[in-house]
Amino acid sequence: MLRDALTWLAGTQWSVSLHESLWVWPLLESTHVLALAWFVGAAIALDLRLLGVTPRSIPARSYTQRLLPWTRAGFALMVVTGVLLFTATPVTYYESLFFRIKVLLLLVAGANVWYFHGRTQRGVAAWDTGVRPPRAARVAAVVSLVAWGGVVVAGRLVAYNWFACDLQTRATWVTRLSGCQLP
Amino acid sequence: MPAPVIELLPFFEWCEASALGQVVRTSVWLFPVIEAGHLLALCLLGAGLLVVDARMLGRGLTDVPIAEIHAALAPWLRRGVWLLIATGVPLFMSEAVKCYYNPSFWVKMATLPVAIVFTWRVRSRVARTAGEATAHTRLVAATSMALWFVVAAAGRWIGFSS
Repeated sequence: MLRDALTWLAGTQWSVSLHESLWVWPLLESTHVLALAWFVGAAIALDLRLLGVTPRSIPARSYTQRLLPWTRAGFALMVVTGVLLFTATPVTYYESLFFRIKVLLLLVAGANVWYFHGRTQRGVAAWDTGVRPPRAARVAAVVSLVAWGGVVVAGRLVAYNWFACDLQTRATWVTRLSGCQLP
Repeated sequence: MPAPVIELLPFFEWCEASALGQVVRTSVWLFPVIEAGHLLALCLLGAGLLVVDARMLGRGLTDVPIAEIHAALAPWLRRGVWLLIATGVPLFMSEAVKCYYNPSFWVKMATLPVAIVFTWRVRSRVARTAGEATAHTRLVAATSMALWFVVAAAGRWIGFSS
């Protein structure tokens, strides 16, 4: 089902033009990478505060609230450019093991944000000015750093076709995890 | 075209022939993994740079003095830049000759020293003593963002203009 939809998408004029474009694809990709420095950079800054590393003198709540709009803007730019890039070669990404890992880590990062804002941050008044936030907040920061870092690494490795479906020498588990079509 | 005063190509060839260059080039996974590390370091640069630059522009953490947020993040900016250099050098060594013929590489390498000197000679001095955003801090922050933008964008473009 999903494969059929993506195969259709890959055949559209839009997808082919984007895939073959000399400038648009590289410009989108560059914007995606620069938005990364912006968005993941802001996330790292937030996580360092939640870990109690730096800046210790600024209350956690005002720090996170002031940075959140910037983080959201960077994230929006990442998503828009990322979705557009996806439409250029959707089937290739669908069959990419690294892309699948990236999506999985995005879900982990998203669930972490959702849990942190829904639960942990509700009690922020109690630990706002403390140098070292409670354990739950520190765990959220570590999960965030690991998940976003993993998203960056997996995202970069999507460009390498070590596990591509058209390779002859691939293990069965790779075929299965990559969703390759069996001949 | 007149011959350059100093011939640099032999140096680039030496870099590529070096043990480090060869190890990275002949490995299947070393270049991609170091490249991913280079990107993570870029994120660290973003963390150390952008929050302070935004504050110097009068945005973001406006209830905190510029000097305070600068002091908190300056070590992370330094770490980010060191990590970028540490990962960037082996990447360069593995394809030095390709870089030599790559215009984006030269744009990046011409801008990088300017960005580094500006960051630690001008930006740090201004941010260290600044409280509120002024026309002066805004100019410094905008210059900082523009310089690092060129370094990062040209860096990404090395991979496209080969």
